[in-house]
Amino acid sequence: MSVEQEERAIRCLVAKVGLDGHDRGAHVIARAFRDAGFEVVYSGLHRAPEDIVQAAVQEDVDVLGISILSGAHNTLVPKVIEGLKEYDAFEDTLILVGGIVPDDDETELKQLGVAEVFGPGTPMEETVEFIRNNVPERA
Amino acid sequence: MDGSERDGGATPGAPELSDRDAELVEELLAGSHRALARVITRIEDRAGGHRAIVSALHEHTGGADVIGITGSPGAGKSTLVDKLAAAYRERGDTVGVVAVDPSSPYTGGAVLGDRIRMGSNVGDMDVFFRSMSARGQLGGLSMATADAVKALDAFGKDAVIVETVGAGQNEVDVVRTADTVAVLVQPGSGDDVQTLKAGILEIGDVFVVNKADMDGAERTLAELEEMVHRREGPTKGLETGHHGFDAPEHPDDPEGSDGSDHSDGAGDGEGDEAEEAPPEWTPKVLRTVANTGEGVEELIGAFDAHAAHLRESGEIEETKRRRYAEEIRTLVRSDVGALAAGEIERRGGIDRLAESVRKRETDPYSVAAEVVAPIVDCVEADGE
Repeated sequence: MSVEQEERAIRCLVAKVGLDGHDRGAHVIARAFRDAGFEVVYSGLHRAPEDIVQAAVQEDVDVLGISILSGAHNTLVPKVIEGLKEYDAFEDTLILVGGIVPDDDETELKQLGVAEVFGPGTPMEETVEFIRNNVPERA
Repeated sequence: MDGSERDGGATPGAPELSDRDAELVEELLAGSHRALARVITRIEDRAGGHRAIVSALHEHTGGADVIGITGSPGAGKSTLVDKLAAAYRERGDTVGVVAVDPSSPYTGGAVLGDRIRMGSNVGDMDVFFRSMSARGQLGGLSMATADAVKALDAFGKDAVIVETVGAGQNEVDVVRTADTVAVLVQPGSGDDVQTLKAGILEIGDVFVVNKADMDGAERTLAELEEMVHRREGPTKGLETGHHGFDAPEHPDDPEGSDGSDHSDGAGDGEGDEAEEAPPEWTPKVLRTVANTGEGVEELIGAFDAHAAHLRESGEIEETKRRRYAEEIRTLVRSDVGALAAGEIERRGGIDRLAESVRKRETDPYSVAAEVVAPIVDCVEADGE
């Protein structure tokens, strides 16, 4: 077997931001992504937006999935997006939000650059499929 | 594998750097985190172009102390790496970390969990932490890791830590890309220490009993001490120099060093030591409690001592030569392998060849000779 065989994998960061300590959903998602063949980095709980930016930049992830169940998405998500822009990492990162997000907020988040918002009860396959279809093409 | 790609153009001496990659290299050297991250991705993907990038970076490497940390799952590697990184930062050094985790052989997926433990360094961009998965590469993992370390080195990191589960040859190869290797053991793993003898013992420059506040730590320390001083035989032929007579003192562990020192001194080492100038490094055995940071200063002290030893004894040159020799061999083997794979394809594929062997039309030796023949012809024509 050749060492030079190309080994492309979709890399994801599953992130918990802010004070929200409910990470069951994040765990389930992380496992589903793993089983879909993705490489998943989990941030751990209670991360600040800057920490998430640091992890997303250093790990050079294709997909950033932010799980927020505290309702603070309007405060936290823009900070993460700003940080990514600072490091020139916004353009080719697919940003997803999972959690309980009202419709009005969803529109706003999408305007900011969030690709999709997944609410409770979204089937795992739907999220995985969405990523496969929308992962940014990198040359 | 992909012989077709190689059929087209003749490969020139140095891989050609595309304009975009040249820009990426320039950005990395200028200190862009994004560029560094992207370069490591290219290295991991083993996609086209990574060779040119790594060869462009090579001249900028050599400034970092590279430390490998290995040990069984749950020994506390990630937590210790976190504390080590924080301690390096405290004295003003910048740090790069490459944490290797296994991936599923079935789906290729992986959960890379080492980052969770990096609690002491979140938000500090001067600690560049990168998770890598094994991606089922045979022999390629150590190459990818070594190249990622080069990228961090060229970026200007003062210390680069490679962390991996010590579970097999693959992982052993990975930590061997480091200048200094620390093997982590947890207390009460008496039989584990026994299994360490096979393979891992030879590669450790520093042995660390982590979770040293737990029961059984003293005993594990003593066992390790004993083993370190009894280690002889298989490693001797591999390393230059002889077993040192000036074994360094063993801090806070009188029982451990006591008995073993005698057996060592009475042994073969002492006599022929005089003409061989540099004394060999005797592995240190240390204790840490990674959770609280206890012993981390001493551990860094041991790393520094080993790095100084490598420099002073000139062993570092030998180590590096050996490592680059291994890299060259791996690359050449893979390139020649690819050529041969292309030839196999042209001869109808491996299945057809195997089938003809099964039918007793030919035999494996003849097939191999036929496949390699064109390569042999080229090499011989070149030699004339």
